[in-house]
Amino acid sequence: MTVLGTIGLWLAFLLGVWGALAGIVGGLAERPDLARSARHAVFATCGALLVAVFSLEWALFHHDFNVEYVAAYTSRNLPIFYTWSALYAGQKGSLLFWATVLSVFGSLALVSTPRHHRELLPYVAGVVSAVAAFFISVMLFGHASPFERLAYTPVDGNGLNPQLQNPGMVFHPPMLYLGYISITIPFAFAIAALLSKKLDTDWLVAIRKWTLLSWLFLSIGICLGMWWAYVELGWGGYWAWDPVENASLLPWLTMTAFLHSVMIQEKRGMLKKWNLALIIGSWLLSIFGTFITRSGVISSVHSFTQSNVGYFFLGFLIVAGIVSFALYANRLPLLEAEARLESMISREASFLFNNLLLIGIAFSVLWGTLFPILSELVQGTKITVGPPFFNEVNIPLGLALLALTGIGPLIAWRRASVPNLKRQFAVPLTVGGFATLIVLVAGMRDFYALVAIALGAFVLGTVVQEFARGARARHRQYGESYVLSLGRLLARNRRRYGGYIVHTGIVILFVAFAGMAFKTETEATLRPGESVSLRSPYGYTYTFTSLGLSQYDALNRQVTAAAVEVRRDGKTIGLLNPEKRQHVDGLGRPTFQPSTEPSIMSLLREDLYVVLGGVVNGTEQAVFRFTINPLVWWVWYGGLIVALGGLIVMWPGGGSLAVKRAQAGYAVRLVGEK
Amino acid sequence: MKAVRRYAGTTVGSRREFLASVVAGLVTTLPPYRATAQDSLPGTGPSGRLWDPSRAGRPLPPVTAADNDAAIQAIEKQIHCTCGCNLDVYTCRTTDFTCTVSPAMHRRVVELAEQGRTGPQILDQFVRERGVAILMAPPKRGFNWLGYFVPSAFILIAGAVLTLVLRRWARAAPTASPSGPPSAPAGTPDELERLRHELDRLSV
Repeated sequence: MTVLGTIGLWLAFLLGVWGALAGIVGGLAERPDLARSARHAVFATCGALLVAVFSLEWALFHHDFNVEYVAAYTSRNLPIFYTWSALYAGQKGSLLFWATVLSVFGSLALVSTPRHHRELLPYVAGVVSAVAAFFISVMLFGHASPFERLAYTPVDGNGLNPQLQNPGMVFHPPMLYLGYISITIPFAFAIAALLSKKLDTDWLVAIRKWTLLSWLFLSIGICLGMWWAYVELGWGGYWAWDPVENASLLPWLTMTAFLHSVMIQEKRGMLKKWNLALIIGSWLLSIFGTFITRSGVISSVHSFTQSNVGYFFLGFLIVAGIVSFALYANRLPLLEAEARLESMISREASFLFNNLLLIGIAFSVLWGTLFPILSELVQGTKITVGPPFFNEVNIPLGLALLALTGIGPLIAWRRASVPNLKRQFAVPLTVGGFATLIVLVAGMRDFYALVAIALGAFVLGTVVQEFARGARARHRQYGESYVLSLGRLLARNRRRYGGYIVHTGIVILFVAFAGMAFKTETEATLRPGESVSLRSPYGYTYTFTSLGLSQYDALNRQVTAAAVEVRRDGKTIGLLNPEKRQHVDGLGRPTFQPSTEPSIMSLLREDLYVVLGGVVNGTEQAVFRFTINPLVWWVWYGGLIVALGGLIVMWPGGGSLAVKRAQAGYAVRLVGEK
Repeated sequence: MKAVRRYAGTTVGSRREFLASVVAGLVTTLPPYRATAQDSLPGTGPSGRLWDPSRAGRPLPPVTAADNDAAIQAIEKQIHCTCGCNLDVYTCRTTDFTCTVSPAMHRRVVELAEQGRTGPQILDQFVRERGVAILMAPPKRGFNWLGYFVPSAFILIAGAVLTLVLRRWARAAPTASPSGPPSAPAGTPDELERLRHELDRLSV
């Protein structure tokens, strides 16, 4: 099967190269035959890569340990669930996964894009083929083929890293990959628009769903990554400003900026240059993230094994950046705005400042990530840029962004009048003020947490006000009940009200992040029957009592588990079972260092998080870390709401395509104004 | 998946059964994490030995007061563990219990603190011994100032430029309108304001 896989890779590579050439030349020379051929090449590349994926999965499931990749990432006793995910657990397999998903997305884009965008499609096919061909070339020429064979056949494989044996890790990488990869489709359309010189709002309509889709995948992928880090790594947090985490945040920030600024182009015909730059930048950042993860240029716990594929990505990044921005610069005269901003106090201006902050945060994250390299180049001194740096720089910016999340929707398009501003801001500001008062009276003194909660309440006030006004208007106009009005409001204007739901999720996330300022933890050595107490920020006293340790064998691991009884103010509320795990292969041989498996009791107000560190002198006297993490459950809840809002925004429907196209190019014009 | 008991001692074995019955009782009779008045303590007899201690990872020393000392923890959160984990010493030593680097660094911090050194002095000592990369964030001096101020400067300058550009656009906007008569009769200012409100309300 590996021969079939290798043939699939080579075939896909050749098809990719042909698709790239035929697409670009077919578009420029207006040759329908070449354009058709490029389209078919994308489909065929997809087919060949799917054959390669099937071959690798076959090898994985049949424990063909003669294949180096199979031996490195699986073992006979690895659960099936994780055997499947071993496809993208390693560098080589994930490259194959990336190229395959890209070709699937490319095929879907070509099939689903309406006919009136057909002039763009040859270029789209060309760009998708070129990117896919690059990824395949890394596998073929960068010694990164997942089908390489060993000189001997081991009895059993090494098994999957224990930290990857978690459901979060099965879904987190593909989601993030889907986010990264799907940005290629909007990028391909942007390049197509530049090449074809069709730079009106039409291409934006064609990519609207794709930009939302990649933003949604990135959002879900990032949240799942946070969840995985929290439940699996055992350090009691979910974001460590690791370079690879930062790399996933960068395109998310620029895509978020784009999703806001594109509204200005659709409604007013402004910011064409900016929007194109954002799309190109987002894609380049997704490649940059891949470069960071795979090159080993920056130290990260998430990195794949250091290899020479980093040079491929660096070269590709530089070439793609130069070509894209050269083309962009060449087309700048065609990107003049159709309208001008009329007032500083307008939604357009607030969106621009929102973009400024999003890009500013992206820049500061990028700057912090690369600063160690810069420092070493300039000073010859290695430095570490960790969470203290990122928190100091980014928390104020994040809070300013949260403020703009509330301010933007309150300001009218084009020009806001003073009475309008008063009417719009009164309720949200009052809500924010009250929330501040309540938390101050409750004794909260942490400045950033206080500001986060105050601003969160303000934004929530904005969202509730917008929903209430909309529902009331429908109720008055159509006599609908308020519940029905709310439902129809959402259904008829998914983009606007779905966006508000996303804002609600963001508020919840910010408030939940603020909760970590009140994290409490302690270490203790407990014999069976001994207890330790910890006071939560809400004033409860939690008592953790060790009930003893036990050891047992599971499918692919030997487990040492503790039983810890938890009491809140003297009342038992449950048991926690943190574990130490020694993973073994099919012959019972240890495969990795023993790992910790935290046990978490998630409550609405706070999480109780217990880690079993180990034991003293082989006795039942165990070393624990007990942590109380306030509001963590709300991080996952906020992430779910963000995803739900994103889904509502991109849910199909809401009128015919023609109407949507007309709306996209619609500009608000009053009588007597051009 | 069948759990295999590994305890040899009978006293431990009975406790296991007792614990299992407590867990089973809790699971079957109560919703998760609801308070109960049940006392599930097994008593405080002499602790037994594990069947196979090696499965529980590296043997650990008992926790001391210094391990939970807030001042020590605050210092350790500023020191980068050099085991390759990218975490600070405190987080690494309380997370990765296989790591031997962070416990050693922790012992060094405690040793320096016991010598009467203050937090900054301990950090300085670490920098002297291991270089500036030992700090979780670059110290605010010399070239490192760039690290802290470039992002803020970038945003301030970009914000200033954006404000200037927007102002110029806003000022130019009325002159961009044609001077000829309107193609349809314009409304009163009140009507235009109302229309703006309506359009705003209906806008996407």
